[in-house]
Amino acid sequence: MAVTKRRTTRSAAPEAPTLPSKEDLVRYYREMLLIRRFEEKAGQLYGMGLIGGFCHLYIGQEAVVVGIQSCMTPADSVITSYRDHGHMLACGMEARGVMAELTGRAGGYSKGKGGSMHMFSREKKFYGGHGIVAAQVPIGAGLGFAHKYLNNGGFNACYMGDGAINQGQVYETFNMAALWKLPTLFVIENNKYAMGTAQARASAGELFERGSAYGIPGKQVNGMDVLEVRAAAHEAIEYIRAGNGPVILEMQTYRYRGHSMSDPAKYRTKEEVNKMRSESDPIDNLKKLLLEQGYADEESLKIVDREVKDIVTEAADFATTSPEPDPSELWTDVLVEA
Amino acid sequence: MPVQVLMPALSPTMTEGKLAKWLKKEGDTVKSGDVLAEIETDKATMEVEAVDEGTLLKILVPEGTENVAVNTPIASIGEEGESADAAPAPAPVAAKPAETAAPAPAAAPAPVPAQAKSPASDEDRFFKEVKTQTVREALRDAMAEEMRGDETVLLMGEEVAEYQGAYKISQGLLQEFGAKRVIDTPITEHGFTGLAVGAAFGGLRPIVEFMTMNFSMQAIDHIINSAAKTLYMSGGQMGCPIVFRGPNGAAARVGAQHSQCYASWYAHVPGLKVLAPYSAADAKGLLRAAIRDPNPVVFLENEILYGHSFDVPTDPDFILPIGKAKIERAGTDVTIVAYSICVGHALAAAEKLAAEGISAEVINLRSIRPLDVDTIVESVKKTNRLVSVEESWPFAGIGSEMAAVMMEHAFDYLDAPVVRVCAKDVPLPYAANLEKLALPQPDDVVAAVKSVTYRK
Repeated sequence: MAVTKRRTTRSAAPEAPTLPSKEDLVRYYREMLLIRRFEEKAGQLYGMGLIGGFCHLYIGQEAVVVGIQSCMTPADSVITSYRDHGHMLACGMEARGVMAELTGRAGGYSKGKGGSMHMFSREKKFYGGHGIVAAQVPIGAGLGFAHKYLNNGGFNACYMGDGAINQGQVYETFNMAALWKLPTLFVIENNKYAMGTAQARASAGELFERGSAYGIPGKQVNGMDVLEVRAAAHEAIEYIRAGNGPVILEMQTYRYRGHSMSDPAKYRTKEEVNKMRSESDPIDNLKKLLLEQGYADEESLKIVDREVKDIVTEAADFATTSPEPDPSELWTDVLVEA
Repeated sequence: MPVQVLMPALSPTMTEGKLAKWLKKEGDTVKSGDVLAEIETDKATMEVEAVDEGTLLKILVPEGTENVAVNTPIASIGEEGESADAAPAPAPVAAKPAETAAPAPAAAPAPVPAQAKSPASDEDRFFKEVKTQTVREALRDAMAEEMRGDETVLLMGEEVAEYQGAYKISQGLLQEFGAKRVIDTPITEHGFTGLAVGAAFGGLRPIVEFMTMNFSMQAIDHIINSAAKTLYMSGGQMGCPIVFRGPNGAAARVGAQHSQCYASWYAHVPGLKVLAPYSAADAKGLLRAAIRDPNPVVFLENEILYGHSFDVPTDPDFILPIGKAKIERAGTDVTIVAYSICVGHALAAAEKLAAEGISAEVINLRSIRPLDVDTIVESVKKTNRLVSVEESWPFAGIGSEMAAVMMEHAFDYLDAPVVRVCAKDVPLPYAANLEKLALPQPDDVVAAVKSVTYRK
């Protein structure tokens, strides 16, 4: 099924571009599990008072970023909102540097000066980590603009939530991105709740159709299935790389935790959460597939689990032993010295 | 009874223009709506349409005439056979009160003598060879020179390309650099500012033109949260080399929403640099520096100054340092600090004060943030008095900052309290007389200086 201009579609299961190899499938499992375990640990450290301020966990949404990242190359860039830990790990940023930023230590990606919502890696082309809802959307289109201007072969993957999609600047961006055919993939991570407001109470119409007035093709995808995400991303990215301009992918996903650590999530039922966890968990379902297809056995997956656990444990150790930033850091990085 | 056709004003700040071409000749029949002539200003070419019907009796200003003042009779229209001479000449001043209401420097060229009176400085070497340019031309040249030198420099904004700039600052840039680098945006300040910030993160050096800085309020989240703070929040990884520029402050008779000074708004923010040129040389040297700077720079221009001419160095290496003020005029009795158009008011006041035996030192701040505290303090150590002049409102304005600087760095040298000359603390009114009352005038500066020097 081709993505055609001026068409928005609600996808069933799109055809996979090429079925991922056994190794790839195990890798997706490992990457999703790393995000899951990392976030669980972050939640734990938050509860212990080692992480302060806002902390938005990505648990439940792992298939989205892993599936999209699986179609990207080192030339491509990524930008997202404040629910960003998973994106950083998927970009290949080190767990210890991310965790140490959460604890506000010198070993963090921003030397402890950014926190959960503000981390970056120029090396991995991860451009944040933005705390103002939807601010990353025009910035992401600007990264796409730079890819095109510099003709460096890359595109920008710009993630936003179902809350961000109602901000005015999103539509200012859609207009320019379509007008100038910017290589930007807009990924709406629709986890059903903009903080405490359910989608139906905040958003008229379908989110994947929000670019249709600008001629931006959009598609609704099962964001709980890494293979469906991957297939949709593959198709969209081919369209973008061919110079056709932006695409919108609405990922139907779910966060198991509250909006942030301080959110008890009383706006939804326990049954709703439990149903998603038991029936649609992206990690459990991929594990089941791996076992059913004989791509992996319990033993080999246990090894993966152990490796992931070790990375997270090491990250937590580093994040709790790395020193706080030197007081002199208060005054650095305000301006680039010419 | 013949009626006279008057030289029209094309914009709030136009005072004169060229009568480029007559499209009707004497004796022609004229209907309402017919194009009579073309007139040109440094910003635009426009057509003069007939309002009255009849016969073009006499052309009073031949085509090709330069510097025709607004409201000058250029032709007369009447019944065929009627005598053109019968037309009474209107009183031009009464016909156009806006002209008299415009701030003084708008009507008069910049006071050149001041330059001769400024003390020797590092930049004198550049001024051995100069040419006369308007601020408008100097800004364009600065952008063009930097764009020639660096492929990653680009200009984006509303009407910057095909229209050649709403205020004609980007004249010719599209033709030289093409649509890839000179980019017309939709009217979408919030969006294109965020997009430009992303482009800067992605390795480019965008210049964002706001049609006026008033519209930057639509985009202020990206200027502050995205451009200014990200370097710090990223532990030094995410530099944002970008210039946000456009006319700032009051123009003339454009009302409160289009007449605000943003100097103290942006100067409040760590991570931004804020520049405010006065002369064409300031504009050229500082804009080049801003484009080369690896940080976000807010560049506050002034619409009324766009058409003013000054000496600009021809040296291709002419560039000014950010963070250095310029002593425009040396003096001993009082220090007057000002930026942008108010430097002109300060110089005009200094001239008047000199006639009364008061010697004023005039400092053109050029850079609001970083602020050249040393130059101001050194001056006050000599004069023991400070008057600050700005078009901002007084509350939490740049003048307030000057008072704080004096408390912190020059308290023991002061012989009088700091006095702020500011816009009045009201939204800028439209009525010509009220607008004049609301904006600082040279006489306000004179009065302030007299108060701090205890003179009458």
